[in-house]
Amino acid sequence: MAKSKTMTVLGRVAEAIPTLIGVVIVAFLLTRALPGDPAAYFAGPAATLESIQEVRVSLGLDKSLPEQFIIYVADLATGNLGNSISTGQPVTADVMSRLPASLELTLFALVLSLGVALPLGILAATKPGTWIDQLCRIIVTAGVSLPVFFTGLLLVYVFYYQLGVAPSPLGRLDFVYLSPPHVTGFYVVDALIAGDGATAWAAFRQLLLPAITLGLFTLAPIARMTRAAMLQVLSSDFIRTARAAGLSWRKVLFTYAFRNALLPIITTLGMVFSFMLGANVLVEKVFAWPGIGSYAVEALVVSDYAAVQGFVLTMAVLFVTINLLIDLAYTAIDPRVGFDG
Amino acid sequence: MNALVEVKDLSVDFSTRNGVVHAVRDVSFSLMKGQTLGIVGESGSGKSVTSYTLMRILDQAGYISGGSVSFGGMDIGNASEKNMVLLRGREISMVFQNPRSALNPIRKVGQQIEDVLCQHLQATRHDAKQKAIDVLRQVRINNPGERYHAYPFELSGGMCQRIVIALALACRPQLMIADEPTTGLDVTTQKAVMDLMAELTRERNMATILITHDLGLAAAYCDHLIVMKDGEVVEAADAKSLFQNPQHPYTKKLIRATPRSSGTIRELLPEDTKVPALAVSTPNAGKSEAILTVENLVKEYPLKSTSSTKHPKAEARPVFRAVDDISFIVGRGECVGLVGESGCGKSTTSSMIMRLLNPTSGSLIFDGSEIANMPAKTFAKSPLRTKLQMVFQDPTDSLNPRFTASRSIADPLMRMGQLKSRRQMRDRVQELAELVGFPAHLLDRFPHQLSGGQKARVGIARAISVNPELLVLDEPTAALDVSVQAVVLNLLVDLKARLGMSYLFVSHDLSVVRLLCDRVIVMRGGKIVEQGECDQVLENPADPYTRELLNAIPHPAFD
Amino acid sequence: MNKPSQTTDMIKPVSGEDGISLADLNAAVTRQSGAAAPTRANMLRHLAYILKSNPMTLIAFILFALMLVAALLGPLITPYDPLKSSVADALQAPSLAHWFGTDDLGRDVFSRVLMATRLDLAIAFSAVAISFVFGSIIGSLSGYYGGWLDKVTGRIIDTIMAFPLFVLAMGIVAALGNSVENIVYATAIVNLPFYARMARAEVNVRRDAGFVQAARLSGNGDIRILATQIFPNALPPMMVQISLNLGWAILNAAGLSFIGLGVSPPTPEWGIMVAEGARYIVSGEWWLALFPGAVLMLAVFTFNMLGDGLRDLVDPRQRS
Repeated sequence: MAKSKTMTVLGRVAEAIPTLIGVVIVAFLLTRALPGDPAAYFAGPAATLESIQEVRVSLGLDKSLPEQFIIYVADLATGNLGNSISTGQPVTADVMSRLPASLELTLFALVLSLGVALPLGILAATKPGTWIDQLCRIIVTAGVSLPVFFTGLLLVYVFYYQLGVAPSPLGRLDFVYLSPPHVTGFYVVDALIAGDGATAWAAFRQLLLPAITLGLFTLAPIARMTRAAMLQVLSSDFIRTARAAGLSWRKVLFTYAFRNALLPIITTLGMVFSFMLGANVLVEKVFAWPGIGSYAVEALVVSDYAAVQGFVLTMAVLFVTINLLIDLAYTAIDPRVGFDG
Repeated sequence: MNALVEVKDLSVDFSTRNGVVHAVRDVSFSLMKGQTLGIVGESGSGKSVTSYTLMRILDQAGYISGGSVSFGGMDIGNASEKNMVLLRGREISMVFQNPRSALNPIRKVGQQIEDVLCQHLQATRHDAKQKAIDVLRQVRINNPGERYHAYPFELSGGMCQRIVIALALACRPQLMIADEPTTGLDVTTQKAVMDLMAELTRERNMATILITHDLGLAAAYCDHLIVMKDGEVVEAADAKSLFQNPQHPYTKKLIRATPRSSGTIRELLPEDTKVPALAVSTPNAGKSEAILTVENLVKEYPLKSTSSTKHPKAEARPVFRAVDDISFIVGRGECVGLVGESGCGKSTTSSMIMRLLNPTSGSLIFDGSEIANMPAKTFAKSPLRTKLQMVFQDPTDSLNPRFTASRSIADPLMRMGQLKSRRQMRDRVQELAELVGFPAHLLDRFPHQLSGGQKARVGIARAISVNPELLVLDEPTAALDVSVQAVVLNLLVDLKARLGMSYLFVSHDLSVVRLLCDRVIVMRGGKIVEQGECDQVLENPADPYTRELLNAIPHPAFD
Repeated sequence: MNKPSQTTDMIKPVSGEDGISLADLNAAVTRQSGAAAPTRANMLRHLAYILKSNPMTLIAFILFALMLVAALLGPLITPYDPLKSSVADALQAPSLAHWFGTDDLGRDVFSRVLMATRLDLAIAFSAVAISFVFGSIIGSLSGYYGGWLDKVTGRIIDTIMAFPLFVLAMGIVAALGNSVENIVYATAIVNLPFYARMARAEVNVRRDAGFVQAARLSGNGDIRILATQIFPNALPPMMVQISLNLGWAILNAAGLSFIGLGVSPPTPEWGIMVAEGARYIVSGEWWLALFPGAVLMLAVFTFNMLGDGLRDLVDPRQRS
């Protein structure tokens, strides 16, 4: 049995490979789908005819499509995503420097979200018809309808403009503070590591509103799924058996019900991440958060296609990795996976 | 001596969106230690609700609206939840139906038993595992040490039910309630499970309540019986008196409707039913012409993804033979029974005969034509299609939820019938409805608005609409209550005589087959183990497996 | 063997000589209960029943009707010209003259919001229509036939789903060009997997059901079975999906225009109006961003609520 589990894990990892291949192909096609002359786009709006031709040759755009693909893949293998025409830097470097900001925001939002959504969903399912059930339903219904950028602006208006408790939505750190020495790239964590409490607190305050915005966005689907999954599990036969056997409500709820409900919840997390990585872009724009989302938005404005496509590819690879981890978590909980029954 | 369980004038109601439903009304009974009580009734009789009340595991919408329930002198109706938790599993325990879904699918079975032991302080964390293994051994599970680590999906249905019994008996309760414990189990497994429960409860001098719809089962394992209908007790007596001298008309109806080893099919119906005498439809003396000849029929499925499937020689790859070289004949006007337990290949065989499934090899000669090799599409267009039809097992699953009853019946007529106008269609549908005893005013209903028996009639009407010559019936009454089954079986017999059809009756239930069929074929593991005249095979079975099947049919204990 | 009807069947009290009426109550009560009296199939009467029993659905229907009116009549009923700028009237707070105030170019926000309804609904409907049609066909065929068709389409769908969907939409619009048409295509492509997977799952479950086998015995061909028997049964859950998707398509389009893709000024569209109004939030002129955002939210909310109502309408099991 254990052997088959290892095989399943390896199988899952192996399955991610064709997905990655598909992603690379699509990303490649996107770069070549530009109407008109791709070389002109990559050379930039201020390019002369000669520099366009240079770019064409250096990117291999004068060769056949399959050859171009091979060049593209070879470039990717060496981490070459081209150069950004607005910063002049290699896209890879830009992306790497901006990624930690996005990750900090996303992870913090996820923690907030799970911390509220899971208990809310569980309580709503175990006490149907009470105020907490109604509250859950209202939050879910409102939550899935709210545009995330709208929520962000609302929060800014209420907490910054009206109440004055939130700091100005202008990035990760107020300009009076210096960014802490780089360890993880997460300002709050790095500041704490460096022992700088004031900077840590300032960074945290800046992080709060955007994280809450993003967290509210993901709260609704997670709470809904938790409630639905718990309700389904609680009405199933084996819970009836457990109750009839006299098991305590705590045992029934956590060891029996919640663990089984986790399976559909984990599956939903994949979808939630898909939305979350997209919403990230919008939140970063609203709060001027210097992550890769706002990098991409800035790149779009100036038609910096290499940067945009670098962004798309990075997000896709990130997402595939996240999905793989989710898949593995599912396999860890469910012993039925991998059984050739 | 005081009774262990005392139920007096119990009434249980449910508050639903459409008002209050009276599930149980003025039910009274009592039970002593060491006694077995059987609660018998059809669906909706309230038998399960009564026992759920005893353990206070009713749904939130249910409540006791009158009477009292006491266990060991303690008033259950007014007991606190804290006290009930102490009772459940420890003093009163329950065994449910559908054993596999009654167990936590992602937790080892041994751990589930440990949970119960530890909850009721029968074991500490250190000796829990050993005690759990002991419990597994008591329910006659081999290799209990290994089985401890198993998950429910790895075990068979019978094994899962033993685990459920183990859970129920782990803390040595005084009362065990078994709610339809044999549903979903093969008849031989059923006997094993029931015998095990009987033995264990007798050993420990436990009181038992057995809830079932099967009167025969109740008579085999219970001392006392109560019969319930629509929430009320219609009769209560010890098993022998109830069977030999039933008082209430409903009890009489139930007893008559339960197929036994003797009696004719008409005797399944209530005594005062006016039916024409059974048309004696003996097939034309012995070896008349065959309408269906099955020869060397085989169905193989490749076994998936083991290393040996990569073997270069296709013949050497392991396969699973669902049907392994069987041959038989159905004569014109005959009713042939195809009997076996789950996995024996009878359903696969009937699917192949119906050409819903392609045989791997073998020959199927229907009405003179070889149909085994005909591609499914060709057969669907040939006129032979109308002559070979099927009645399905699950009436709910076999009717399109979006079609009204008349639309479902009309479907084959629309595709294959020669009818021209809508009026002709409507007339024919009404004619068919009348033939099967389906009330005409229900023809515009959807399946979810019909009862089980009515849905079965729609399925039959649909099957006979194009005048088939051979009708394959795949467990057509398995999902029906026993009194409804009696009516439907009689209907099938009458239709056969009236319309001159031949039947292939697939079933797991030997008692039903005996009533209906001229010849019987017994299958096991894809092969035919015995076939012959019905009376002959069932009186004097040649094969030990057939004997095992016959022995597994519950016989009343008092005989 | 199994007696499925005893515990799972929701059998209504029906008089018939078989006498089976109340199903096993414990199971019955926890599920939905049906009404007692039988009625003929009648869409309008059923519609009235649905609306009466569920006030939220009624509200959703009314709002939807209002939006349709706004979309169809939009330019005809705006109090002011949505495109005419008048610097003198810039940044006025909501008043009786301008219900939603004016924006930085002096345009009436209410008129612009009203006119934007047409564009946003048009984008949403066309995108969802495209993805529904293609997704259902692909999904149904691969769910029914399986084999290599299933594998190939599965791979394509998985590849699309391997991208965070909004990010993929960004990439597609960036690649194809910045226009409203491309927003529709991008949204359609990104939405397609939902329908394909759902159709595939629903068809797969029913492929071997009893009534499908009976239909085969009745002489129905494969495509006919798929189209007339299986797919109509798969429709109710897909109706819910369509409605939710309409809401999501609007959010998607608004999000894309918020970051500058697709719609360009001065075209009024909810997302771009919020973007333009965003920079005025910090100085207190809240009405530029709030009203388009609130209407956007209301539209999405309507479609979400509509989904539940639609499902009740189409599913015969809810009819009584």
